[in-house]
This record gives sequence, structure tokens and C-alpha cells, in this order.
Amino acid sequence: MIGMKKKVKKNIINIYYIPALALFGIFVIYPLLKGLQLSFTNWDGFSQNYSNVGWRNYQTLFKDANIKTTLINTVIYGFGSTLLQNVLGLAYALFLNRKFAGRNVARAVIYVPAMVASLIMGYMYYFILQYDGGALNDILGVFGLEAVDWLSKGSRAVILITLINSIQFVGVSMILYLAGLQGIPSSYYEAAELDGESYWQSFRHITLPLLLPAITSSVMLNLIGGLKLFDIIQALTAGGPGFASHSLATLVSYTYFRGQNAGYSATIGIFSFVLIMAVSIVLMRFFTKKEGDV
Amino acid sequence: MMKRARKKRKINISTFVALLICAFHLIPFYIMIGVALKSPYDTSSRWVFPGYLFLDNFKEAIRYGNILQSILSNVIITGGAVIGITVVGALAAYPLARNQTRFNKGVRTFSLGMMMVPALSLLVPLYSLMVKIQGISTYWGIILVLVTFQLPTSIFLYTNFIVSIPTSLDEAAAIDGCSKLRIFFSIILPQLKPVTASVIIMTGVGCWNDYMFSLYFLQSPQIKTVTLSVASFFTQTQSNMGAAAAGALLGIVPIVALYLCLQKYFVKGMVDSAIK
Repeated sequence: MIGMKKKVKKNIINIYYIPALALFGIFVIYPLLKGLQLSFTNWDGFSQNYSNVGWRNYQTLFKDANIKTTLINTVIYGFGSTLLQNVLGLAYALFLNRKFAGRNVARAVIYVPAMVASLIMGYMYYFILQYDGGALNDILGVFGLEAVDWLSKGSRAVILITLINSIQFVGVSMILYLAGLQGIPSSYYEAAELDGESYWQSFRHITLPLLLPAITSSVMLNLIGGLKLFDIIQALTAGGPGFASHSLATLVSYTYFRGQNAGYSATIGIFSFVLIMAVSIVLMRFFTKKEGDV
Repeated sequence: MMKRARKKRKINISTFVALLICAFHLIPFYIMIGVALKSPYDTSSRWVFPGYLFLDNFKEAIRYGNILQSILSNVIITGGAVIGITVVGALAAYPLARNQTRFNKGVRTFSLGMMMVPALSLLVPLYSLMVKIQGISTYWGIILVLVTFQLPTSIFLYTNFIVSIPTSLDEAAAIDGCSKLRIFFSIILPQLKPVTASVIIMTGVGCWNDYMFSLYFLQSPQIKTVTLSVASFFTQTQSNMGAAAAGALLGIVPIVALYLCLQKYFVKGMVDSAIK
């Protein structure tokens, strides 16, 4: 009896997380369940009545050629950006971890683009990529080359958007890696030098394994951001030409507001939810296991 | 002597490379500033900076693009959201850090899992929910949504921080008859200042730069965020790139200026919110 009272007293502080859980319940869990329900309907998004269509939306989804393109694009946006950002971010961090004049300025400047809204960053690159008078075509003109309509081809647009996203957020990876590098005691490297290890060997045997927590954070952060990519696409191509540069995120929005097909849009939403959560969880598990191994 | 000279040369090469990297990352800013300062009749290359002072683009962005009003909306929305994020997050973190039962560990994992949720996958039901509760085009509507989706970061930061505070003070207060509920306010809360700075910075940048939620949940011209104003400038005034660039520039100045002043805190916030 006394034990129970003590337990209640101990657990009473749990009421402090009720507001947070209430918000998650209202704005995430309820919409998720509602979305699941809507994904089996033909709702148009505004009328009062709609009917159940069973699995029809899901059947359409797996036959939809646009979904296939979108899925490939989302993978490129997610994994492409992650790869680029981490390789370049690590290179920047290794370079700027050495002492020389101007390194602090460089660190600060490389992180500046991450402060800018992705949408605005997209527009800033529009001034560079624009066909008529764009800065990039001006350079081509100097070399006597013909102007290129950079965003007119879907596959090229996807690559450019991936590049822009990576360049904008490379500073995030750089900062995480710099913090990781500063946590490695220099005595480790001195010992390795005494053992006659080369720079490359000590990079593989000391730097990489000890950076694993930073790598985990950086990869997860970039991946979650890249798979959700929306703003830059909206600014530069709005998913076009045709459906060639859509990500799952922009496609959901397009299907809802332009296509006025809310039921199907909800289906794409549920599909992307399951997919992105699954990828994130699998990778998280993979890294947690790796960190445990070290 | 030789060795010293060589070392000095190496330093210069590094500085030069760093300068090139900086220049590369600043190109889009340089081009945008140039476009914003050029008259619409100036057809010179975007690489050429105007040799004259022309501010009409800024006048137009302020008068027709309502950029200043948007900045004010941003301040209200970001301010309101950040207050919600810190208060709800700090409260939630206290039991998750101090009362680590199996159930609470589950709650913690659930909260952090919310970080991965792709908000747009919930667009259709979330939008219809907002319509139902009449939250479309209201400050409280967008603030509540922003608070919810930034909350995981806040809970993560606060929980890690509170775990690192020694429990001896809590225990002393408990012996003095302070209830568990009050310990949060009298013992824990006063110590949260440094981590609160990180929470405000990390989630504040996210709220300030939001486009996705604003696009759907703010549909009246009365409340328009910076990203919305800049976007409508670009879609409506294709002919006047200068004013669009000026608007975009005004929109990013506050946050970039804040970053340059408080760099140390921004970097710390970034590291804390990603690495446990």
C-alpha cells in the first residue's frame, strides 16, 4: 500500500509530458490514422461526401509511371545529397581543422547558406541557372559556347537540385565533423606516428572509427532532410518539366491541390510515410549496431 | 630557417584554398545582391556589379511585395512557436530524464521518432484537420503545427541536458520537503539557460525559414511569411527580377545577421542537437 503510494508520487511528474504527447496525438497520430482512412476513398478535397473505393488507389499507385520517376528522384535527392554532403563536409572539416590564417572565417562562411530558407536559396540559384541572362550561361558565352536551358531536362534538373541542396547544407556536416575531430586526443596520432603509420593509415584506424558518432548524426540528418526535400524543388522546377523532377513530398502536394485528388494524394502520403520511416529506422539500427561494435 | 620558410608558405596555400572555397559558397549571394541593385534596363552580365546606386527594387519590394510586413509576421510566428517549443519541450524532458521507467523510455523513443516523420505525407489529413478547427490563416494555427514538428528537437536537447545535471540538488530539495513537481521549477529550470539558447536557435531557424507549412496553412494576404512573399514575387513578377531579388535579400538579412553576431551559439546548438 505504501509502495503503491510512493510509486504514484514518483510517477506524478509524468504529467509534465502530457502537453507534448497531446500535440503529437492531435497533429501527427490523428492525421496519420485519418490519412490511412482517406487513402481508401475517392475524396476530391473539398466536397462533403466521398465513397470508399477499397484498394483502388493503392493499385493505381503501383501502376503509376509518375510514381516510379518520383521514387527514383526521392532516392537520388536523399542518398545523393547525403553522400555528397558527407564526403565534402568531412573534407572541409579535415582541411579546416588545421591551424592557418583565415580558417575561422572559412568555417563561418561555409555555414552561412544553411541559415537561408531553402526556398530562397532555390531562387538565388535561379539567377545563376536561368536560360536568359543566367550567370552560368554568361560563362559559357565567354567561351563561345551556346546557352543551355539548365532546368528544361528532368534528369539534369534532378542532379542540379541534389547539388544545390548538398552545397547549401554541407556546412552542417562540416560542423559536426569538426566537433568530432576536436574530440579525438592528439596523443592517438602521436602514438600512430611513432608506430610508423602513414597519414592515410591513421585516418583509417583512428579518425574514421572515432568519428562514427558524428558520421551517424550527419548521415541521419542529411538523409531525413533529403528524403523530405520540398522547398528547393518548388522554387526551381515545381516538379517539372512534366513530372520529371518531383519528389514524393512535392507530388503529394501537387496531387492534392492541382490534381484535386485528395484520396489518391493521401495514398501517396501513406506510402511515402511508410517508406521514409522504414529507411530511417533501418539506417538508425545499422549505425547503432556499428557504434556498439567499435 | 629553411623549414620555417616552408611552413610559412604552406600556411599561405591553405589560406588561398580556404578563400576559394568561401568565394564558391558566396557566389549565389553575390549574384543576388547584384541583381537587387541593378536597374531593370541594365542588361550587363550578372557577374558585373553595378557601378551606380539604384534602390528602386527595394522600394518596390517593400511597397508591393510587403516584405516588411512579412518580416513582422515571421517575428510573431517564430516568437510564438519558440516559446511553445521551449516550454512544452522543457516540461516534457524533465520526467523523461529524471524518471526513467520502461514506459518513459518508450515515450522518449516515440518523441524522438517524431523527428523522422515526413510532414508532407500527412498533408491531406492535416490540412482538413486545420480547416475543421478553423486554424487556417491564423497565427495560432501555424504556431501549433510548427511547435509540434519542432518539439522532438527540443525534447532531445533538454532531456540530454537534464540527464547531465547531478541529482544531488534534487535530493536535497526533496529532503527539504519540496515536491517532485516543484523541483522542476525551483531546481531544474534555473539551470536550463545554456541549453535553452541552443533550443531557441535550432528550432527558431527552422520556424523562420519554413515554407511548406506556411504555403498551406496561411492563405489570406493578411498573414504572409517572408518565404510566401518572396515566392509570390517570383511567380507574379517574372519581368522584374530586381525587385524579387531585393525582396529575397531583405528576407534573409535578419537571420544571417543574427548568425554572424551569435556564431558561437549557432555552432554549439547545431552540434548539441545532432550528437548526444
